[in-house]
Amino acid sequence: MELANIEKLVEKYLDATTTLQEEATLKHYFTEGNVAPHLQEYAYLFNYFAIVENEKFTKTIKLEPKKSKKKNLKWWSAAASIALLISVFIGQQQYKEYQQRKEAERIYAQVSKGLKLLSTNLKKGEQAVANLYTYENTVNKLLK
Amino acid sequence: MKQSDFLKVVLPFKDKVFRLAKRLLVSKEEAEDATQELFFKLWKSKEKIADYKNVEAFAMTMTKNYCYDRLKSKQASNLTLVHSNYKEKDASLDKKVEYRDSVNQVHQLIENLPEQQKIIIQLRDIEEYDFDEICKMVDMKPTAVRVALSRARKTIREELIKKHNYGVS
Repeated sequence: MELANIEKLVEKYLDATTTLQEEATLKHYFTEGNVAPHLQEYAYLFNYFAIVENEKFTKTIKLEPKKSKKKNLKWWSAAASIALLISVFIGQQQYKEYQQRKEAERIYAQVSKGLKLLSTNLKKGEQAVANLYTYENTVNKLLK
Repeated sequence: MKQSDFLKVVLPFKDKVFRLAKRLLVSKEEAEDATQELFFKLWKSKEKIADYKNVEAFAMTMTKNYCYDRLKSKQASNLTLVHSNYKEKDASLDKKVEYRDSVNQVHQLIENLPEQQKIIIQLRDIEEYDFDEICKMVDMKPTAVRVALSRARKTIREELIKKHNYGVS
Protein backbone atom coordinates (compact mmCIF):
# COMPACT_ATOMS: atom_id res chain seq x y z
CA MET A 1 0.00 0.00 0.00
CA GLU A 2 1.36 3.42 -0.88
CA LEU A 3 2.60 5.68 1.84
CA ALA A 4 0.30 8.58 1.05
CA ASN A 5 -2.68 6.37 1.53
CA ILE A 6 -1.34 5.05 4.83
CA GLU A 7 -0.73 8.59 6.05
CA LYS A 8 -4.29 9.48 5.23
CA LEU A 9 -5.58 6.43 7.06
CA VAL A 10 -3.42 7.25 10.07
CA GLU A 11 -5.00 10.68 10.27
CA LYS A 12 -8.43 9.14 10.16
CA TYR A 13 -7.32 6.59 12.72
CA LEU A 14 -6.37 9.31 15.18
CA ASP A 15 -9.77 10.93 14.70
CA ALA A 16 -11.40 7.54 15.31
CA THR A 17 -13.19 7.66 11.97
CA THR A 18 -11.57 4.62 10.36
CA THR A 19 -13.64 1.54 9.68
CA LEU A 20 -12.64 -1.85 10.99
CA GLN A 21 -11.44 -2.75 7.53
CA GLU A 22 -9.23 0.31 7.31
CA GLU A 23 -7.84 -0.46 10.72
CA ALA A 24 -7.05 -3.97 9.53
CA THR A 25 -5.14 -2.43 6.63
CA LEU A 26 -3.15 -0.28 9.02
CA LYS A 27 -2.48 -3.22 11.29
CA HIS A 28 -1.23 -5.21 8.36
CA TYR A 29 1.05 -2.45 7.12
CA PHE A 30 2.59 -1.71 10.52
CA THR A 31 3.19 -5.29 11.54
CA GLU A 32 4.76 -6.29 8.26
CA GLY A 33 8.03 -4.41 8.83
CA ASN A 34 9.25 -1.81 6.29
CA VAL A 35 7.59 1.01 8.15
CA ALA A 36 8.36 4.57 7.11
CA PRO A 37 10.60 6.09 9.84
CA HIS A 38 8.29 9.00 10.59
CA LEU A 39 5.49 6.56 11.36
CA GLN A 40 7.58 4.34 13.61
CA GLU A 41 5.45 4.97 16.73
CA TYR A 42 2.47 3.35 15.03
CA ALA A 43 4.52 0.23 14.47
CA TYR A 44 4.99 -0.06 18.23
CA LEU A 45 1.31 0.51 18.80
CA PHE A 46 0.01 -1.98 16.26
CA ASN A 47 2.58 -4.58 17.17
CA TYR A 48 1.43 -4.29 20.73
CA PHE A 49 -2.17 -4.82 19.64
CA ALA A 50 -1.18 -7.79 17.52
CA ILE A 51 0.58 -9.43 20.44
CA VAL A 52 -1.99 -8.71 23.09
CA GLU A 53 -4.95 -9.90 21.07
CA ASN A 54 -3.49 -13.39 21.13
CA GLU A 55 -3.38 -13.66 24.87
CA LYS A 56 -5.48 -16.59 26.02
CA PHE A 57 -7.34 -17.61 29.10
CA THR A 58 -5.53 -20.86 29.79
CA LYS A 59 -7.42 -22.15 32.80
CA THR A 60 -10.44 -24.33 32.37
CA ILE A 61 -13.76 -22.90 33.34
CA LYS A 62 -15.35 -24.78 36.20
CA LEU A 63 -19.07 -24.52 36.60
CA GLU A 64 -19.69 -26.97 39.44
CA PRO A 65 -17.60 -26.50 42.61
CA LYS A 66 -18.87 -23.06 43.41
CA LYS A 67 -22.42 -24.33 43.22
CA SER A 68 -21.92 -26.77 46.07
CA LYS A 69 -20.28 -24.01 48.01
CA LYS A 70 -23.42 -22.02 47.51
CA LYS A 71 -25.47 -24.94 48.74
CA ASN A 72 -23.27 -25.13 51.82
CA LEU A 73 -23.95 -21.50 52.41
CA LYS A 74 -27.66 -22.20 52.28
CA TRP A 75 -27.31 -25.00 54.81
CA TRP A 76 -25.25 -22.82 57.06
CA SER A 77 -27.83 -20.08 56.98
CA ALA A 78 -30.59 -22.59 57.75
CA ALA A 79 -28.59 -23.96 60.67
CA ALA A 80 -27.89 -20.46 61.93
CA SER A 81 -31.54 -19.49 61.83
CA ILE A 82 -32.57 -22.64 63.67
CA ALA A 83 -29.95 -21.99 66.34
CA LEU A 84 -31.23 -18.46 66.68
CA LEU A 85 -34.78 -19.69 67.03
CA ILE A 86 -33.84 -22.19 69.72
CA SER A 87 -31.83 -19.68 71.68
CA VAL A 88 -34.65 -17.16 71.55
CA PHE A 89 -37.06 -19.83 72.76
CA ILE A 90 -34.81 -20.90 75.62
CA GLY A 91 -34.11 -17.31 76.51
CA GLN A 92 -37.80 -16.57 76.69
CA GLN A 93 -38.41 -19.60 78.88
CA GLN A 94 -35.70 -18.58 81.27
CA TYR A 95 -36.98 -15.05 81.38
CA LYS A 96 -40.41 -16.35 82.26
CA GLU A 97 -38.96 -18.52 85.02
CA TYR A 98 -37.07 -15.57 86.37
CA GLN A 99 -40.22 -13.45 86.36
CA GLN A 100 -42.11 -16.20 88.20
CA ARG A 101 -39.44 -16.50 90.84
CA LYS A 102 -39.48 -12.77 91.36
CA GLU A 103 -43.25 -12.79 91.71
CA ALA A 104 -43.10 -15.63 94.24
CA GLU A 105 -40.52 -13.77 96.29
CA ARG A 106 -42.71 -10.70 96.29
CA ILE A 107 -45.73 -12.67 97.47
CA TYR A 108 -43.68 -14.43 100.13
CA ALA A 109 -42.43 -11.09 101.46
CA GLN A 110 -45.98 -9.75 101.58
CA VAL A 111 -47.33 -12.82 103.37
CA SER A 112 -44.54 -12.88 105.94
CA LYS A 113 -45.07 -9.20 106.60
CA GLY A 114 -48.77 -9.84 107.20
CA LEU A 115 -48.02 -12.74 109.51
CA LYS A 116 -45.55 -10.67 111.50
CA LEU A 117 -48.18 -7.97 111.94
CA LEU A 118 -50.65 -10.57 113.07
CA SER A 119 -48.25 -12.09 115.59
CA THR A 120 -47.35 -8.73 117.20
CA ASN A 121 -51.02 -7.87 117.54
CA LEU A 122 -51.72 -11.29 119.03
CA LYS A 123 -48.94 -10.75 121.59
CA LYS A 124 -50.52 -7.45 122.55
CA GLY A 125 -53.84 -9.25 123.04
CA GLU A 126 -52.17 -11.93 125.19
CA GLN A 127 -50.63 -9.26 127.37
CA ALA A 128 -54.01 -7.68 127.85
CA VAL A 129 -55.58 -11.03 128.71
CA ALA A 130 -52.75 -11.72 131.25
CA ASN A 131 -53.46 -8.37 132.89
CA LEU A 132 -57.06 -9.30 133.06
CA TYR A 133 -56.20 -12.55 134.84
CA THR A 134 -54.09 -10.73 137.42
CA TYR A 135 -56.98 -8.39 138.03
CA GLU A 136 -59.43 -11.24 138.48
CA ASN A 137 -57.09 -13.09 140.84
CA THR A 138 -56.68 -10.00 143.00
CA VAL A 139 -60.44 -9.43 143.07
CA ASN A 140 -61.03 -13.06 144.10
CA LYS A 141 -58.46 -12.79 146.90
CA LEU A 142 -60.10 -9.69 148.23
CA LEU A 143 -63.58 -11.12 148.10
CA LYS A 144 -62.61 -14.34 149.94
CA MET B 1 -29.88 -25.25 28.68
CA LYS B 2 -27.38 -28.03 29.20
CA GLN B 3 -23.80 -27.46 30.24
CA SER B 4 -22.43 -28.47 26.87
CA ASP B 5 -24.73 -26.05 25.06
CA PHE B 6 -23.80 -23.33 27.45
CA LEU B 7 -20.10 -23.88 26.92
CA LYS B 8 -20.60 -23.85 23.17
CA VAL B 9 -22.10 -20.38 23.45
CA VAL B 10 -19.68 -18.85 25.95
CA LEU B 11 -16.33 -20.44 25.22
CA PRO B 12 -15.66 -18.53 21.97
CA PHE B 13 -15.38 -15.25 23.85
CA LYS B 14 -13.70 -16.38 27.05
CA ASP B 15 -10.37 -14.92 25.93
CA LYS B 16 -11.98 -11.58 25.24
CA VAL B 17 -13.53 -11.52 28.68
CA PHE B 18 -10.17 -12.44 30.18
CA ARG B 19 -8.29 -9.77 28.25
CA LEU B 20 -10.76 -7.04 29.19
CA ALA B 21 -10.60 -8.12 32.83
CA LYS B 22 -6.83 -8.08 32.68
CA ARG B 23 -6.82 -4.66 31.08
CA LEU B 24 -8.90 -3.28 33.92
CA LEU B 25 -7.62 -5.28 36.88
CA VAL B 26 -3.97 -5.28 35.72
CA SER B 27 -2.87 -8.48 37.43
CA LYS B 28 -3.19 -11.77 35.61
CA GLU B 29 -4.37 -13.67 38.67
CA GLU B 30 -7.10 -11.15 39.39
CA ALA B 31 -8.21 -11.37 35.79
CA GLU B 32 -8.32 -15.15 35.89
CA ASP B 33 -10.41 -15.12 39.04
CA ALA B 34 -12.69 -12.53 37.55
CA THR B 35 -13.14 -14.56 34.37
CA GLN B 36 -13.94 -17.65 36.37
CA GLU B 37 -16.42 -15.74 38.50
CA LEU B 38 -18.08 -14.16 35.47
CA PHE B 39 -18.67 -17.50 33.81
CA PHE B 40 -20.27 -18.74 37.01
CA LYS B 41 -22.58 -15.78 36.92
CA LEU B 42 -23.40 -16.43 33.29
CA TRP B 43 -24.05 -20.08 34.07
CA LYS B 44 -26.36 -19.12 36.90
CA SER B 45 -28.34 -16.82 34.65
CA LYS B 46 -28.32 -19.33 31.83
CA GLU B 47 -32.09 -19.23 31.52
CA LYS B 48 -31.91 -15.57 30.69
CA ILE B 49 -29.08 -16.07 28.23
CA ALA B 50 -31.36 -17.85 25.83
CA ASP B 51 -33.34 -14.61 25.49
CA TYR B 52 -30.39 -12.43 24.67
CA LYS B 53 -29.65 -11.91 21.03
CA ASN B 54 -26.05 -11.05 21.69
CA VAL B 55 -24.65 -13.00 24.60
CA GLU B 56 -21.13 -11.82 23.87
CA ALA B 57 -22.02 -8.14 24.19
CA PHE B 58 -23.92 -8.95 27.36
CA ALA B 59 -20.91 -10.78 28.76
CA MET B 60 -18.57 -7.93 27.93
CA THR B 61 -20.86 -5.44 29.66
CA MET B 62 -20.98 -7.75 32.64
CA THR B 63 -17.20 -7.99 32.63
CA LYS B 64 -16.83 -4.24 32.57
CA ASN B 65 -19.27 -3.75 35.44
CA TYR B 66 -17.79 -6.58 37.44
CA CYS B 67 -14.27 -5.20 37.10
CA TYR B 68 -15.46 -1.73 38.10
CA ASP B 69 -16.97 -3.24 41.24
CA ARG B 70 -13.78 -5.13 41.96
CA LEU B 71 -11.74 -1.98 41.57
CA LYS B 72 -14.03 -0.13 43.93
CA SER B 73 -14.06 -2.85 46.55
CA LYS B 74 -11.45 -2.95 49.26
CA GLN B 75 -10.16 -6.30 48.15
CA ALA B 76 -8.73 -4.80 45.03
CA SER B 77 -7.20 -1.82 46.78
CA ASN B 78 -3.92 -3.60 47.33
CA LEU B 79 -3.60 -4.85 43.79
CA THR B 80 -0.07 -5.03 42.56
CA LEU B 81 1.00 -3.99 39.15
CA VAL B 82 2.23 -7.04 37.30
CA HIS B 83 3.52 -6.83 33.82
CA SER B 84 3.88 -9.88 31.74
CA ASN B 85 6.62 -10.02 29.21
CA TYR B 86 5.23 -10.46 25.78
CA LYS B 87 6.95 -12.87 23.50
CA GLU B 88 7.68 -11.98 19.94
CA LYS B 89 8.48 -14.69 17.50
CA ASP B 90 10.53 -14.41 14.30
CA ALA B 91 12.74 -11.57 15.34
CA SER B 92 16.44 -11.25 15.92
CA LEU B 93 17.62 -10.70 19.46
CA ASP B 94 18.11 -6.95 19.07
CA LYS B 95 14.74 -6.57 17.49
CA LYS B 96 13.23 -8.71 20.18
CA VAL B 97 14.56 -6.56 22.99
CA GLU B 98 13.58 -3.40 21.22
CA TYR B 99 10.11 -4.70 20.55
CA ARG B 100 9.60 -5.90 24.05
CA ASP B 101 10.56 -2.53 25.44
CA SER B 102 8.30 -0.64 23.11
CA VAL B 103 5.49 -3.11 23.63
CA ASN B 104 5.74 -2.77 27.39
CA GLN B 105 5.82 0.95 26.88
CA VAL B 106 2.52 0.86 25.01
CA HIS B 107 1.10 -1.35 27.73
CA GLN B 108 2.12 1.18 30.35
CA LEU B 109 0.69 4.07 28.34
CA ILE B 110 -2.67 2.39 28.02
CA GLU B 111 -2.47 1.61 31.72
CA ASN B 112 -2.26 5.32 32.44
CA LEU B 113 -5.36 6.21 30.43
CA PRO B 114 -8.67 6.93 32.16
CA GLU B 115 -10.77 3.78 32.72
CA GLN B 116 -13.27 4.60 30.05
CA GLN B 117 -10.67 5.19 27.34
CA LYS B 118 -8.89 2.03 28.43
CA ILE B 119 -12.01 -0.03 27.87
CA ILE B 120 -12.78 1.54 24.53
CA ILE B 121 -9.22 1.08 23.23
CA GLN B 122 -9.38 -2.53 24.37
CA LEU B 123 -12.71 -3.17 22.70
CA ARG B 124 -11.87 -1.42 19.46
CA ASP B 125 -8.18 -1.86 18.75
CA ILE B 126 -7.64 -5.25 20.34
CA GLU B 127 -10.99 -7.01 20.18
CA GLU B 128 -12.04 -5.20 17.01
CA TYR B 129 -15.70 -4.71 17.79
CA ASP B 130 -17.69 -2.33 15.64
CA PHE B 131 -18.96 0.91 17.07
CA ASP B 132 -22.55 -0.23 17.54
CA GLU B 133 -21.45 -3.09 19.75
CA ILE B 134 -19.07 -0.91 21.74
CA CYS B 135 -21.83 1.65 22.34
CA LYS B 136 -24.01 -1.09 23.77
CA MET B 137 -21.24 -2.54 25.92
CA VAL B 138 -20.19 0.71 27.53
CA ASP B 139 -23.62 2.31 27.37
CA MET B 140 -22.46 5.46 25.60
CA LYS B 141 -23.49 7.43 22.53
CA PRO B 142 -21.51 6.78 19.30
CA THR B 143 -20.06 10.27 19.21
CA ALA B 144 -18.89 9.97 22.81
CA VAL B 145 -17.22 6.66 22.02
CA ARG B 146 -15.45 8.17 19.03
CA VAL B 147 -14.27 11.16 21.01
CA ALA B 148 -12.92 8.95 23.79
CA LEU B 149 -11.22 6.64 21.32
CA SER B 150 -9.67 9.49 19.38
CA ARG B 151 -8.41 11.04 22.58
CA ALA B 152 -6.91 7.76 23.75
CA ARG B 153 -5.16 7.10 20.44
CA LYS B 154 -3.75 10.60 20.27
CA THR B 155 -2.51 10.45 23.85
CA ILE B 156 -0.73 7.16 23.28
CA ARG B 157 0.85 8.38 20.06
CA GLU B 158 2.07 11.62 21.59
CA GLU B 159 3.56 9.82 24.56
CA LEU B 160 5.26 7.32 22.29
CA ILE B 161 6.81 10.08 20.20
CA LYS B 162 7.95 11.83 23.35
CA LYS B 163 9.61 8.70 24.71
CA HIS B 164 11.11 7.83 21.37
CA ASN B 165 12.64 11.29 20.94
CA TYR B 166 14.07 11.27 24.43
CA GLY B 167 15.68 7.96 23.63
CA VAL B 168 17.33 9.37 20.53
CA SER B 169 18.59 12.68 21.86
